[in-house]
Amino acid sequence: MRTALPRRALLAAAALAPLSAPRRASAQTQGHLLVIGGGFGGATAAGFARKRYPWLQVTLVEPRTRFVTCPYGNLVIGGLRQIGDITHGYDGLRARGVTVLHDWATGIDAASRQVRLAGGQTLSYDKLILSPGIALRYGAVEGYDEAASERMPHAWVPGDGAQTLLLRRMLEEMPDGGVVGLAIPANPFRCPPGPYERISMIASYLKRQKPRSKILALDAKDAFSKQPLFQDAWNELYPGIIEWVPANRDGRVVRVDPRERVLETEFGEKHRVAVANVIPPQSAARIATEAGLTDNTGWVPVNPRTFEARAAQHIHVVGDANIPGPMPKSGYVANTTAKQAVAAAAAALRGEPVPEAVYYNTCYSHVGEGYGISVVNIYRPNTEGTAIAEVPNAGGVSPRGQNPEQRRLEAIYADAWYESITKDMFA
Amino acid sequence: MSGSLSTPRIRAPRSARAGEPVEIRLLIEHPMETGLRQEGGRVVPRDLLNRLVVRVNGEVALQAELRNGTSANPYHVFFLRLDRTSDVEFTWTDERGRSARASARITVA
Repeated sequence: MRTALPRRALLAAAALAPLSAPRRASAQTQGHLLVIGGGFGGATAAGFARKRYPWLQVTLVEPRTRFVTCPYGNLVIGGLRQIGDITHGYDGLRARGVTVLHDWATGIDAASRQVRLAGGQTLSYDKLILSPGIALRYGAVEGYDEAASERMPHAWVPGDGAQTLLLRRMLEEMPDGGVVGLAIPANPFRCPPGPYERISMIASYLKRQKPRSKILALDAKDAFSKQPLFQDAWNELYPGIIEWVPANRDGRVVRVDPRERVLETEFGEKHRVAVANVIPPQSAARIATEAGLTDNTGWVPVNPRTFEARAAQHIHVVGDANIPGPMPKSGYVANTTAKQAVAAAAAALRGEPVPEAVYYNTCYSHVGEGYGISVVNIYRPNTEGTAIAEVPNAGGVSPRGQNPEQRRLEAIYADAWYESITKDMFA
Repeated sequence: MSGSLSTPRIRAPRSARAGEPVEIRLLIEHPMETGLRQEGGRVVPRDLLNRLVVRVNGEVALQAELRNGTSANPYHVFFLRLDRTSDVEFTWTDERGRSARASARITVA
């Protein structure tokens, strides 16, 4: 338990840029919370820490000066949003007293609680929130590497938005009648309903602009998130446009030819398409692997109450890099678990017990214009604290059947969710 | 014998080295109805594949019993070790005696 002022924090503070937040009297607890990654997990953690625990000194390390969200990227691809609508900056966090460093964290020394930056600086921390996101496993699909992603965009890690815009441009340049092919990975991966929202948004664009075109969705799974709702909507809104091929009908893509835009499946079928979107298998981002935090799945096992990595003390891993039990790898889960991780870290610094944990998730999907669906769940650590469990009868999915008013409202709720969560992160 | 089963899919290498294990993957589309499931208040009739036999140059190399716990669209992955160029034949049969066949020739250098 660390109740006294940690010497390490003072040293770290001295090494950093001047703090905009006033320093508390030394009788108060202080501590340096270092956050790596400025996405849904990291931006939430940094902002929440300053709002809720103003005695914490907070540093955020994020290489990019602008953040393009994965959520709503499918609407950009479908032509219903512009990239600027889903791009956010870090001035709001700075105004809250977060020290934002635009640099790459290149390594973590868990024993000495230090993080090296590509720019040469070394930062010390009392508690580290690591929210590094995912790595695309190039090579897991034969022929699909970073170079191939220029001809067959993944648009799954937006970066500066280039991948999202590349896929959009390819759809715009495709002649009417062209087939859009998608390769969809097995579980677990970032944003389980994401590929199916993407199929819907592309179909919406094709129906409006290229009515003779079709979508061929090749899937390494036999079932997917909100499947009946998606398929009902596809039949209703986009009849004849979408062919979804599950693994058990040879949907698993094992090899690609980027030059010829061919997607080859497990049993040797070669599908030549006009535009290919390959969403490759994924793992935790490299920094988590190199710090020895991942297990043989490639993801980071964490404590269900604190999100502290099983493999290292004082490092809380949130966002898509961890193993979230029954929770999906979603922006909402990153947000809600980041807050619990910060609360647990702050409590530990003050020698207080870990606050009770409740996690929330809603995944909205836009299926058409003014047509939204959702899945909601609430989760808690089990009584032993060994795993995360769904709270029974606390969530659900949108009802099936003809519910046009519900669909219209859920599209509005989805937009409101996006506004709220991005304000929570960045404002 | 009435009707026919769907065409199976095979993934097998064209060639192999003697004694080296080669991976074979098989996929056949089949509903594997247990006869216990209801749809719209009516029982869906039982319709099960019950056997997969793999013969190498006519000799049985693998025999699998499929039952009502086997998933729809049964998918099998296994390894064969071949000493010489071989004709591998795969046969699925259902409870009514219908069958589907596929074959592969694997050249051993």
